[in-house]
Parts: sequence; structure tokens; C-alpha cells
Amino acid sequence: MTYTHDIVIVGGGGAGLRAAIAVVEANPQLSVAIISKVYPMRSHTVSAEGGAAAVIRAEDSLDEHAYDTISGGDWLCDQDAVEAFVDEAPKEMLRLENWGCPWSREPDGRVAVRPFGGMKRIRTWFAADKTGFHLLHTLFQTSLKYEEIARYDEWFVTKLLVEDGRVRGVVAIELSSGRIETITAKAVILCTGGCGRVFPFTTNANIKTGDGMALAYRAGAPLKDMEFVQYHPTGLPFTGILITEAARAEGGWLLNKDGYRYLQDYDLGTPQPGPVLRSMELGPRDRLSQAFVKEMEKGRTIDTPYGQVVHLDLRHLGAKLINTKLPMVRELCLDYEKIDPVKDLVPVRPVVHYMMGGVSTDIHGATPLDGLYAAGEVACVSINGANRLGSNSLPELLVFGARAGRAAAEFAAAQPDDGGDWSGILTQAEDERRRLERDLRGREGGGERVSTIRTEMQAAMEQGAGIYRSADSMAKCADALQELRERLPGVSIDDHTTTFNTELIAALELGLMLDVAESIVHSARLREESRGAHQRTDFPERDDVRYLAHSLIHRSADGSPRVEYPPVTITRWPPGVRVYGR
Amino acid sequence: MARSITMQVARYRPDREAEPTMQSYDVPLRKDWAILDGLNHIKDELDGTLSYRWSCRMGICGSCGMTVNGEPKLTCATFLTDYAPGPVRVEPLRNFPVVRDLVVDIGDFMAKLSVVQPWIIRKDEETPDGEYLQTPAELEDYKQFSMCINCMLCYSACPIYGLNEHFLGPAAIALAQRYNLDSRDQGSADRMDALSASTGVWDCTYVGECSTACPKNVDPAGAIQRYKLTAATETLKSFLMPRGGR
Amino acid sequence: MSDTTATSHVGNQPRPYRRRVPILWWVRRRSYLLFVAREVSSVFVAWFVVFLLLLVRAVLSGEDAYRRFLDWTANPFVLALNVVALLFVLLHAVTWFNLAPQAMVVKVRGRRLPPVLIAAAHFGAWAVVSAVVAWIVLG
Ligand SMILES: Cc1cc2nc3c(=O)[nH]c(=O)nc-3n(C[C@H](O)[C@H](O)[C@H](O)COP(=O)(O)OP(=O)(O)OC[C@H]3O[C@@H](n4cnc5c(N)ncnc54)[C@H](O)[C@@H]3O)c2cc1C
Ligand code: SF4
Ligand code: FES
Repeated sequence: MTYTHDIVIVGGGGAGLRAAIAVVEANPQLSVAIISKVYPMRSHTVSAEGGAAAVIRAEDSLDEHAYDTISGGDWLCDQDAVEAFVDEAPKEMLRLENWGCPWSREPDGRVAVRPFGGMKRIRTWFAADKTGFHLLHTLFQTSLKYEEIARYDEWFVTKLLVEDGRVRGVVAIELSSGRIETITAKAVILCTGGCGRVFPFTTNANIKTGDGMALAYRAGAPLKDMEFVQYHPTGLPFTGILITEAARAEGGWLLNKDGYRYLQDYDLGTPQPGPVLRSMELGPRDRLSQAFVKEMEKGRTIDTPYGQVVHLDLRHLGAKLINTKLPMVRELCLDYEKIDPVKDLVPVRPVVHYMMGGVSTDIHGATPLDGLYAAGEVACVSINGANRLGSNSLPELLVFGARAGRAAAEFAAAQPDDGGDWSGILTQAEDERRRLERDLRGREGGGERVSTIRTEMQAAMEQGAGIYRSADSMAKCADALQELRERLPGVSIDDHTTTFNTELIAALELGLMLDVAESIVHSARLREESRGAHQRTDFPERDDVRYLAHSLIHRSADGSPRVEYPPVTITRWPPGVRVYGR
Repeated sequence: MARSITMQVARYRPDREAEPTMQSYDVPLRKDWAILDGLNHIKDELDGTLSYRWSCRMGICGSCGMTVNGEPKLTCATFLTDYAPGPVRVEPLRNFPVVRDLVVDIGDFMAKLSVVQPWIIRKDEETPDGEYLQTPAELEDYKQFSMCINCMLCYSACPIYGLNEHFLGPAAIALAQRYNLDSRDQGSADRMDALSASTGVWDCTYVGECSTACPKNVDPAGAIQRYKLTAATETLKSFLMPRGGR
Repeated sequence: MSDTTATSHVGNQPRPYRRRVPILWWVRRRSYLLFVAREVSSVFVAWFVVFLLLLVRAVLSGEDAYRRFLDWTANPFVLALNVVALLFVLLHAVTWFNLAPQAMVVKVRGRRLPPVLIAAAHFGAWAVVSAVVAWIVLG
């Protein structure tokens, strides 16, 4: 059977839900559907903890938010996009307030804000330390109000259907039944989130396998700035569970094995007892994660069964502050580390957290491929440049989710209804169905497990494309990925059933992740400079002459990658030096 | 401490089996391993055909609820060592139809969500220029009921839901109360029909297991009892002043 | 091409398995047992109502009838039945009072009164009222 909608949104996280509401508000005539591989409220946005940045206080200004974002991104941000972003972020956040998001409040009833890393002003809105959870549930519950929004919950999209340079729909599997269906649309918005699971140690949920990036790449849309992968400085060892930056914003300290606030040795300022904006523990994430590696090389980190760690010290904040502003941090430490941050030091280490790169879009969320839009972590607009500032991602979902929704609505409304000849599309869909049914679900066992290849890929990525990279390490990583790619067709799928076949899904995700991993390494090898999260030991300096430009990676007809370097858009802030703590 | 523990896992593949069976696997017993890590070990190393839901592995997405040794639990926040020396029995959540292995069908709950209109309802047409003011005390009034992760442990623990699937159930009622008690909301009258219907709060006879099972301290039982009082007073009011009030 | 929309609520699992509720499910847990006890108690509460009606009729039909009624209540079977019924009604009362603090959120100067206090107040009031009734009836 074939389903038909005007607009199909792939992904029910923050970006997808916001986009869906925007479509209905822009044009209630349109039929819009959200397809999501998990129930929307399970999407990864739910785990965001710290907060969402938007200018709201009189002493703050849009220009300052823009400057923090651009300098934080090491001048790789498109400044027109940043300007649109900071301008619309407060409006979007207020809408969320009006929709019922339980933001933390000042005594007089206004929305409260807290400091955050790399931000010069206090502008991060928060709902205790479950910001993403509340944001997602508010959006999801509000979306229920709009009966126009159809949902395909627990459907997995396997392919974008493209003909004559235009996206015409998707092929998806319904998990519960295993049926494979074609869902056609005049426009498709990808909101599938990030790809942290390409790495072994990540804060990201199991579903973050970069599906949308690979789907777009395979369909012919280019990916942008894929080499920029953010490490968050404070993840719990073993699980990789995030301890939010808010813990440092509220005054937490990072200590090495001698109990010394080591960040002062890395040009991040001088230690003060309380938190100081854009200084020390409130420096940007790339710099803090890099400082950890340097500290480890000096032998000043702490050895544990799960690798080297440093300590996050929250004890001086006291039980009351921790309980009101960081309850989830305490809950997570108690559950997963069996320690109490009120009394104990929290072991932490850098952990893969966020993908700055993604499907290349303009400031309306449109990709170069007609009818294809993208928003949220899957997209690269780009406002995050070479390093995203903490608490910029949630407002980004809202601002660009809404923009993509409106743009797609306009595009879809302008398309004729019959859409011409569908035979090509239906043939493609039939081929895809055959691939899924025969090649995958019907495949005989006896080969390697999905998890074997996945684990090796993750290890290769960590060794080759981690916090510090070199031509050597990346060449090895690329070779390893190539070998894995060759082994992939031999992977066995023991589960041949149709009902909720998660092994099939895992195999599909693995294939998509390999594409994403390759695009990361390929882009990283070609960028011979160090900028933000992309640090090369063989090219330690930033090179604005050659690389004040985005890496735009295309897939050629033969499957090989091709990279172009369109310039960064600079409006008002010429490249400068990133200064923190001074 | 023993090095491994036996996990007895419920299997059900409708394509093959008429009803669920139990299958045993030995998994390493590690200090930091949650039940979910044990299941992942099984899936990755021993038997790729096992199906279950999980995502965040940090107790916030609500995917991984299962019945562990008879109790409804979030498997990513329940640890193997607490069940040593084992065996530990992992089954799907009770009171829901089983789709496959450890996966249950929660479609019924998803439909009930919309019934309680979980969004801000305003009688004024205009959207405000800025934020609605809300003091920390007003926030506190509903905060607890806004912490629900839709994990369905409460439905699994509730005997009333087990006997009568039309019962609106703990999380849906708590969610209605989350909005009713929000100072920004004016829709409590709209939610009244669903809540005081025969399948609403009055079905609950205060077993209280939902609040015991809830991993997020939402206290759905409290939400229900509070609403009973509200509903009773409203009924009385409309009886005494048929045309007054709302 | 068919123009259908799908919602997730339309389950189309091939064969979801519905676990049958075991007959003795309610002995598994104290709270379940109490729940079933309260359900069963409705019979006894109904009995109390009938009993009361019989009493009223007896009183209205004169002293003789009333005496016969009293004799009948002294019958050990009726006595036992009434004791059991009383216990069930007490169970209801206790459940109700324990639930009171959850139903009522009382705030004093912006702070929520501790639930124990509210429950205690209810039990206290109950004791006082019972004492007064006992005094009127027995005194
Ligand atoms: C632990 C953690 C804490 C964070 N804290 C903060 C913070 O404090 N502030 C901040 O600004 N940012 C934070 N971030 C970043 C931010 O949360 C994410 O970037 C953002 O939530 C991504 O949202 P999204 O809507 O793009 O995607 P997600 O919320 O990841 O949603 C992706 C959706 O796509 C669907 N999907 C994916 N692939 C498919 C497919 N093949 N078929 C069908 N559906 C598919 C999924 O089902 C899901 O619904 C944090 C991130 C992490 C990991
Ligand atoms: S109320 Fe508690 S147990 Fe019930 S779904 Fe919500 S979080 Fe889970
Ligand atoms: S996996 Fe998300 S709650 Fe357990």
C-alpha cells in the first residue's frame, strides 16, 4: 500500500515536532505526517539537561549572543544564519512557555536564566536540569492538539525516493508488523538528530545513528562540516551518561588527581571561587576536552577501570542548590556511579556529544535537493561552526524546525497535486522493498554479527578521529572503515521474522553509520588545520587563508566522496582570536 | 562475587509461537551493569533475535520498562547485582498485549493521552506578548505531575487497568492534573468529562501500586485522589448552584 | 494511490499475545489483597444498609417487633456477620483517611502541610466524633 501526504517529517524529536506544528500553522490545508523510529517522546531531545539559550534580560543583547556563538564556533558559523537564530530564539522560547513548558522561575514569576559555557551573559533558560525532557514533552503534548498531524510511530525510514532531482517520498518499515511501505510526499523534512553512536563512548542515545545524514547523502544531498564532532568534557565513565554543563555553571570545579583546578594552565583564566562567565570551567567544550587530553599526557589524571578521569567537584555547592537546580545530576550519580555529589567527587571524562556537521541547508532549512529540508542536529545551517556552544542546540531545533516547516509548507503548496509520472518512484520503492525483504530479512546466517562490525567501527573512529587527529591516525581509520565496508554484506541476520525485528533495524543502522563515519573521516583528512573541535597534531594552527570555508561532501555516482569548499558567510564579525578567561 | 548470572528472558515470536516461553542466558555479572546491559550483551554476543526497546539508557526516555522478577522496572536503572546470585527473570510489562519478546503494545495509552487534552487551554484569544508570569510556588503546584516519562510501569502495576482496559489510568490522569494545576491553564472544565466519566478517576479504588512503581516520583495515585475531591466539589457546586459557577 | 493516513493507534500487529490474568493474582501483593478486600466489602456495606432498614421497620412496628428484632440480632450468626461487616467498614474508613492527605493539599503560608499532619487531623476528628456519638448513645 502507498500512503500519501503533502509533507513528511522524518523524526519526532524537538525539531520534527516543531516543524510539524509550523506546517499546520502555516497552512492547515496541507496533510502532514511525522514518521519516527521511536515514539516521539522517546526521542533523544528528552535527554538534554542543561538549558536553552535565548536573549531575554535587559542587560543582554542579540549581538552579544551572536558574538559568543560565532567566536565559540571558531568563526566557521554562517553569520547570517546566526543573526536569524539569535533573533528568533527568544520568540520561540516564549512560545514554548505559552505552550506550557515548566521553565524554572524567578521569585517574581519571570523565567529564570543561568550561566553556561562560552556565554558572556546569563541567558540560558532551564527547567531544572531536565530541560530537554520538558521541552520535548511540551512539544509532543501540544502537537496532540493538532489533529491534522498524522503519526507513524515506530516506523523506520530506509530510503528517500528521488526523481528528476526532486524528493518525492520515502520507504519505511513499520516495526510492529514488518510491512514495508511507500510514503509519498511533495516535501520531506529530515529531523533525525545526530550520530554519536558512530563512536564507542558517547552521551547519545541508542537511536542516534545518523540515519538522516546517510539517507540524504545517498540521495544526493551534500553534507557539511562533518569533521566537527563535539566532545563534552564531563561524561560519566563506562556509561557515557552526561553530567550537564549546568553543574559547572552553578559553580562546579574540575580537578586533576592532585585536587588542582588544572584549566588555569590552559589559557582559560584564573580560578575564582564562584563561576565566572567565559572563563575556567565555563570555557567552551572543545578547549576543555583538549585540556583533559593534555592533562592526561602529563600523567595528572586518575586511573580507573574505565579509563582516565578527572574529578568534578560539586560538594561546595551544598545539598540545597544541588537538589533544586541539579536534581538529575544527583539522581544520575546515585543510580549509575553509586556516589552522592553532595559528599563525593564525581569522576568524569570527555565524551562524544554532538555533531556540528550535517545535511547542508540554507537559512530556511532547504537542502540543495529540491523538496528536501532538514532541521535540528541532523542539519548544518550552520550556526554551530567548528564548536557548538552548550544550550544553543535546543533553541536551534525550535528556530530552524519552525523555519523548515514554513519553507516546506510553501514549497509543497506550490506543487501540483498529481505530481506527474510516478512510475519511476514506484520502481525505486519496489527495488528497496526487495532489498529489505530478500537481501536482509531473508539473509542466511553464518557470517559476522552486526555488533562485531559496529564495535570495530566505533573503535576505529575513536582512535583515528577523536579529540586529536593526524594524517596518520586518520589514514588508518579510513582503511579500517574500508575493510568494514567490505565485510558488511557478509553480516548475518539470524532473525527472519517480521514482527518487531530489531536485528534488521540494527543492521540497517550499521550501514547508515558506516556512511556517516566515512564522511567524517574523509572531511577531516582534507582539512589541514586546527579549528574548534577539529584538532590536528600535524596542523596545530587555524588557517583562515585556506579553510575559512565549509567542507561540503557529495557522493559521486560511483559512491566515492567529493569535497568542495564554499566560503563562510561573514556579515559583521571578522575572524578574530578566541579569548577566554581574559 | 560470582562472575556470571543467569537471565531468564521471556520470548514470544508470533510468527512461530502460540504463546511466550522462557529462555535462559548466562551473562557476566558486572558491578555497573544494569539489566539492560545484560540484555544488550545477549543481543550483541549470544542471540541477535531477542527484541526489546531501549534508547537513552539513563532513565529518561521511558522505553525500557519490563517486568523484572515480577516487579515493573526501568531496566536501564535496575542493576544485575541487586539480583545476584540470580537467576533474574525478565518479562514484558504486564497488563499490555505482547507484540514480541519484551515489547508490548502501548497504543491504548497513546490514544488516551489525547483524551485528557494535555496542552494549555486558554479562554482568551490573544497570545500574550511575553511570558505568562508564574511564581516558583505556582510551578511547584504541578511540577511533580509534569515529571512523567510515560514508561507505563504504573499501568503495569495497576490491577484495575489489568481488569478493565478502558480505565484512563494513572499516568493519563496525572498528566491531566499537571495541566489542571498549572496557573497558566484555563481548561480544567474541558478535561472534566474525561476525568469524571465512569472510566475516569472513579474507577480507581486507591490501590496505590502505581505510585510505588513510579520511578520518577510522579505519585499518580495522589493526582487521582486529588481529582476525586475536585470532581466531588464540582458536582456538589453544580447541584447547589445549577446556573452559577462556570 | 490511496489517500490514507495512518495513526499509530491503529495497531496492526499480527498476533499480540494477551496474558490471561491468573486466578490468584490478588494474593501476590498486600495492596492487591486489600483492593480485593475492599471490593468484596461492598456486599457487607450493603448488608449494613439492609440491617438499618430492618431496624427502622422494627422500631416503627412497635415495641414487640423491636424486641423480636433485638433477639434476632443476638443470634450468634447475625452477630458474627455484623462484626465482619464492621471490620470491613473500618477498613474503608482507614483507607479513606489515609488517602485524605493525597486528595487535599493544604497550604499554610505558601508551604504545603506535611501529609502526616493531615492524616493525623482526620483520624483525630474521627476519634472525637466517634466519642461524641458513643456518649450520646451510651450515656
Ligand atoms: C545528553 C545530552 C544532553 C544535551 N543537553 C543539551 C542542552 O542542555 N542544551 C542544548 O541546547 N542541547 C543539548 N543537547 C543537544 C540536543 O539535545 C540535541 O542536539 C537535540 O535534542 C537533537 O534534537 P533533534 O530533534 O534534532 O533530534 P532527536 O531528538 O535526536 O530526534 C531524532 C528523531 O528522529 C527519528 N529518527 C531517526 N532516524 C530515523 C529513521 N531512520 N526513521 C524514522 N525516524 C528516525 C527518531 O525516532 C527521533 O524521533 C544535549 C545532547 C545530549 C546527548
Ligand atoms: S506516572 Fe510514573 S510510572 Fe506512570 S508512566 Fe509516568 S513516570 Fe512511568
Ligand atoms: S532506556 Fe531510556 S528509560 Fe531506560
